[in-house]
Amino acid sequence: MVRAADGKPIAWLSERRTPGATPEGRARQGRGGYFVKYQPSRSSLLMAPALVWLTALMVVPCALVLALAFFRRGIYGGIDYTFTLENFGLVFDPLYAGIFLNSARIAGTATLIAVVIGYAAAYAIAAAPRRWQPVFLFFAVLPFWSNYLIRTYAWIVLLNREGLITQLLRWFGYTGEPPSMLYTEGAVIAGLVYNYLPFVILACYAPLSRLNPELAEASRDLGASAATTLRRVILPLTVPGIAAGAVFVFVLSIGNFVTPALLGGGRFQMIGNLVYDQFLTANDWPFGAALAMALIAIMLLVLMAQALATDRAAGRAAEARGQADG
Amino acid sequence: MAVVSTAIATLLGTLLAIGVEMRRQYGMGLEALIFAPMIIPDIVLAIALLSFFSMLNLTMGLHTIILAHVVFNLAFVCSVVRARLKSFDWSIVEASADLGASALTTFRRVTLPVIAPAVIAGALLAFTLSVDEFIIAFFTAGAGRASTTLPMQIYAMIRFGITPEINALATIVMAVSITALTLSQRLNRGIIGQ
Amino acid sequence: MSEPRTLLAIDHVSKKFGQVTAVDGISLDIRENEFFALLGPSGCGKTTLLRMLAGFETPNDGRILLDGHDIARTPPNKRPVNLMFQSYALFPHMSVRANVSYGLEMERLPAAEIRSRVDAILATTELVPFADRKPEQLSGGQKQRVALARALVKRPRLLLLDEPLGALDKKLRGAMQLELKRLQHEVGITFVIVTHDQEESLVMADRMAVLKDGKLLQCDTPHAIYEHPADRFVADFIGVMNFVPGKASSDGVVAVNGARIAGKVPAALSPGAPAVASVRPERIRLFPSGETANRTTGTVEALAYHGLDLQLHVRTPLSPKPFLVRVTADAADRRPVASGDQVELGWDAADVRIFEE
Repeated sequence: MVRAADGKPIAWLSERRTPGATPEGRARQGRGGYFVKYQPSRSSLLMAPALVWLTALMVVPCALVLALAFFRRGIYGGIDYTFTLENFGLVFDPLYAGIFLNSARIAGTATLIAVVIGYAAAYAIAAAPRRWQPVFLFFAVLPFWSNYLIRTYAWIVLLNREGLITQLLRWFGYTGEPPSMLYTEGAVIAGLVYNYLPFVILACYAPLSRLNPELAEASRDLGASAATTLRRVILPLTVPGIAAGAVFVFVLSIGNFVTPALLGGGRFQMIGNLVYDQFLTANDWPFGAALAMALIAIMLLVLMAQALATDRAAGRAAEARGQADG
Repeated sequence: MAVVSTAIATLLGTLLAIGVEMRRQYGMGLEALIFAPMIIPDIVLAIALLSFFSMLNLTMGLHTIILAHVVFNLAFVCSVVRARLKSFDWSIVEASADLGASALTTFRRVTLPVIAPAVIAGALLAFTLSVDEFIIAFFTAGAGRASTTLPMQIYAMIRFGITPEINALATIVMAVSITALTLSQRLNRGIIGQ
Repeated sequence: MSEPRTLLAIDHVSKKFGQVTAVDGISLDIRENEFFALLGPSGCGKTTLLRMLAGFETPNDGRILLDGHDIARTPPNKRPVNLMFQSYALFPHMSVRANVSYGLEMERLPAAEIRSRVDAILATTELVPFADRKPEQLSGGQKQRVALARALVKRPRLLLLDEPLGALDKKLRGAMQLELKRLQHEVGITFVIVTHDQEESLVMADRMAVLKDGKLLQCDTPHAIYEHPADRFVADFIGVMNFVPGKASSDGVVAVNGARIAGKVPAALSPGAPAVASVRPERIRLFPSGETANRTTGTVEALAYHGLDLQLHVRTPLSPKPFLVRVTADAADRRPVASGDQVELGWDAADVRIFEE
């Protein structure tokens, strides 16, 4: 029993039944401030399983694909392990480069439309009374919760020659040829916009809802019109949200192959379809791998652009804060 | 399949999120590694895993789909939980220690209950994505009939155009999704306990 | 009354964060049952010192002796020391009762004892009607009391309070200052409070320590520190002080305009060295009737009525900053002054404190 200088037992040292009294308990506390937020060693321990999983099943396979891209296709579809750059050369072949450009154009158009509609919707939700905002958000992301294929299927039902739109037109007295809407580029873009719109709304809503409404009021007070306020104050401060949403749509669109396959009817090849074909139909894995790497390269470029936009916006925000403090 | 991958992903993703948020600083590399599974095109991850599994001569089936799904599921769980942890008041963890709780007790009685809504939301998101996911499953399923997931079935059917079967199936899937969604909303509100 | 026993001895404690020394060789004794305040501007190291007492930081150097035992490396959950957090850190998912019981459950006490002790502390802190509420349903003052109850119920040897009243509005703060003092007296636990509000520590503390840049400047009773500050910083930081810069002489300070301020010169100051003479606003008399050692005239620049007293800003030739003068409402009634008036000020040599500049 621990005793103080005056010989009396010190209650709190001897009576507390805590694991600290055992050697094992003491070992566990070895590092001292244990409970505090910043604990690099514990943090590593917590992160380890997930990081191992990600490394084994994402980093390694992707590295493998990268390696694969440098090999030759075997005569019977297998892989001939001789080094070559041919696959990358093929990517820039006019035929495939055309598909790349086409994919980029389709994805870009879809992104633009989705951002305009999504930002407007997010703005409207953020401007709604506080208590209704979660309800509107809920409905905005509702489609996201149903199956992707079924959502796409819904567009087939809507757009096909004898689909709902044609019937609606008939009902209004239209008698001509049914318009060909399905299996067009427009159908693919519509499908992409529709599928990824919830991402844009969510990404834009977050910064819009955090925006101090007094900023807009101050701008109006200083004589700016509503349009000028949007352009000079609100848009610059919400660039990170827009960029995040846009990147999501673009990246998901350009790599997509289900929508072009179903709504484009196979007539509109996008990179995704091309990769799919190389792996499952043409059995040219090395070329498929090279195409996939090209896709990743495009994605990285887009992400860098986003990081740049976000950084500049962050700089602006910091500046605005600095002025507020000063 | 979705249940197993969701369970693994929720566990790993939550631990990862706490681990990351416990750090004072972390490099771009770590951030990129965690973020990558969410933005990497499905098709790329799908072919990468297909090449990987076939190189290892792994028999493909449900288990390979699970392995694959955990990759992106854990990223989504992690991002949802991290978002919650950003506004987490770490002083309650200190308060718990100050009142005599061990690290484990603190986690069980304080940290976990407080972040539970986010963990559940992350798990539901993962589950939904997993049930929905088609491309990766398609590539990593192998040939067996037993490992056909619902989206794969639907895809196969849609390719042949509109049929009453798909209409019926679509209606059922939508009904299930909406029920699950409503449930999750209720549950979330119940836990936050406003 | 017998000599009070030392409960906690802080012995040459230092703490570095990378290159920054947050706490620099501080030694302090905290006595049994006293209300002790750690006071200083933000960044002075007071919170770091408090966190070392709670166990959330480990000192790089020095010892922290509680009842003669070094606890510097004891983890927070093994110390009979509890901290009341600045943010209160109430568990948001638990009711008031569950929050307060938590610490006792960690001690694995029997349920009946937990219940009776929690009931008792809820009664003491007047929280009984709110026992089943969640923290988010409480007002700031109520949350503060829950945080206090949660720490007190464990009957710590030492209760640490980190800016306990910082989140409350001014009026409530005044009430809670007295409430805290009453509670401290009632439960007989040693309180160590961290604050940047000098008025708060003057009101509440039995003794206080003034910290700056990780160093201890002065440790004494509020009265002693107020009347005899150790240096210019403490004089300025505690209360309000008028300063007259100049050069030291044998019996005072010669101001820049040549006027002499009489006062006791500290032995360390050699004549001719840069020095500053100071006097508290309430020690200055307006239109002094009798003989005073120090006298000046000035122009009233502004006046503020505070109910009990009147505060004047008087521009004098002695210092670049206007003098602040506090006179009682009675005195102001006897001879009303208005902005722009010429006034005469006087104060005694005994009220002058002289510091090295």
